[in-house]
Amino acid sequence: MNLPHEQPVAETMRLVTNRRIVPHNARIALRGVEQSFAATKGPRVLALDNINLEISPGEFLCVVGPSGCGKTSLLSLIAGLSFPSRGQVQLNNKPVTGPGTDRILIFQEHGLFPWLTALGNVEFGLKMRGMKKVERRERAMHHLQLVHLEQFAESYPHQLSGGMRQRVAIARALATEPRVLLMDEPFAALDAQTRDLLHDELERIWTETSCTVVFVTHNIREAVRLGDRVVVLTYRPGRIKAEFRVELPRPRHIEEGNVARLSARILGVMREEITKSVEAEYTR
Amino acid sequence: MNRLLKNVVFYAVLLGAWYGVARAHIWPPYLVPAPGDVWLALHDGFKDGSIWIGIRISMVRVVVGYLLSVVLGFVLGLGISTSKFLEDTLGRLLTSLQSLPSICWLPLAILWFGLSDKAIYFVIVMGSMFSIAMSMESSRAAIPRIIPMAGRNLGASGIKLFWYVLLPASLPHLVSGLKQGWAFAWRALISAEMIIISLGLGQLLMTGRDLNDMSQVLAILLVILVLGWAIDLIVFRQLEHRVAARWGLQQPS
Repeated sequence: MNLPHEQPVAETMRLVTNRRIVPHNARIALRGVEQSFAATKGPRVLALDNINLEISPGEFLCVVGPSGCGKTSLLSLIAGLSFPSRGQVQLNNKPVTGPGTDRILIFQEHGLFPWLTALGNVEFGLKMRGMKKVERRERAMHHLQLVHLEQFAESYPHQLSGGMRQRVAIARALATEPRVLLMDEPFAALDAQTRDLLHDELERIWTETSCTVVFVTHNIREAVRLGDRVVVLTYRPGRIKAEFRVELPRPRHIEEGNVARLSARILGVMREEITKSVEAEYTR
Repeated sequence: MNRLLKNVVFYAVLLGAWYGVARAHIWPPYLVPAPGDVWLALHDGFKDGSIWIGIRISMVRVVVGYLLSVVLGFVLGLGISTSKFLEDTLGRLLTSLQSLPSICWLPLAILWFGLSDKAIYFVIVMGSMFSIAMSMESSRAAIPRIIPMAGRNLGASGIKLFWYVLLPASLPHLVSGLKQGWAFAWRALISAEMIIISLGLGQLLMTGRDLNDMSQVLAILLVILVLGWAIDLIVFRQLEHRVAARWGLQQPS
């Protein structure tokens, strides 16, 4: 079914390049999604169980849970890089059948291509789409400016710091003007100061581009700092345990009292799952 | 500088020892010639053009044969790295064929192609193609999982994924495979030339033996050694350094 405000691709593209606005008509729905994996030993591991989740266009959704709760599986399903064993992942009421540049993943390790410069990396998705060199260079530079890295355009990933690499990865994702940004613990490997800066930058970019963000983390404060909504997953198999709407005014700060209070509440709900996860680690 | 000095001293001592042994006449000069005789043989060989001709012919052969191996090795490597079936069947076969000394192919090549250039090319290709194919496969396996995932996520698939993501991602490993393939090609060439009368460096080596001319044998040996070393240094070390610098890997020392 086509929603009335959905435009043909060519039309959308033109609109995007003129106004630098990403159309935010991406409604993601997970219906009864189950994901299991073949284990090296023993029975299949159930990673996700009966996940029902609606993500509104332009929403910033954070998913928290202990390690091993299937957070990464969830993102890879939305990205179309894997498929559910049961149930369906839908984008605008149509089932997801494969990867697409409307949904871009950002990984914990930056996943940049080491043989390309920062600019080359940002250009990559546009090149795959067949965009002309001059145009894609201009667009890539614009997105490098968005993450304040224009002076590092010609640097290779190994010449950049961890935070800078992650910013290049964000620019690379944004350059394809995705409707959905899927972030898998993108700032987990960074120091606290860099992470705070990138929170601000991500929030600003999200406001400017109005794309949908699904942000996976095990850091509850980070989730409350960034999200419109925080979903808590249980430890293996991952089920939705609780949902919290974050109605604090933006911009928020990670050290803010309100953020800390809500985080504490969420942690109260999550503690049981963390205990299970830790016990499983010890008894393995 | 320190290393250069060490090497100068080392080779001076080596040369001195050689000179001493030759002058002591423990063995007759037709078995152990003095350094000066080898130098003379080298000088004459370059002057009458025979070494130049040998170098030219051998280089053309090894370059053509090597390029052929690279192309065929790529095709084979692509096959075994994209199909699980081929990996389990052909891949295993290639591993065992790779361990076969290239000279073993010579009798077969002579029966099929006669004492011709074709037979030499065949031996070169059989000597280096398998190692290139195997290194292509192992370099594909060494790519971090996140790289093709990011590529697919950004809209690369099929041939584009291969050309723009998998191939450059495997280059650091691939370069050492290409280097090894070159070394194998070079050895296969010289062995084949020693049997097949064909004006190359390998044949000059054998002519030295036939004429009982140890100075020529040693002179040609030196030429082969220096040539192999120079190409490794000029082409493959350069390539390795460039790739390592760009990929941000540790420089091979």
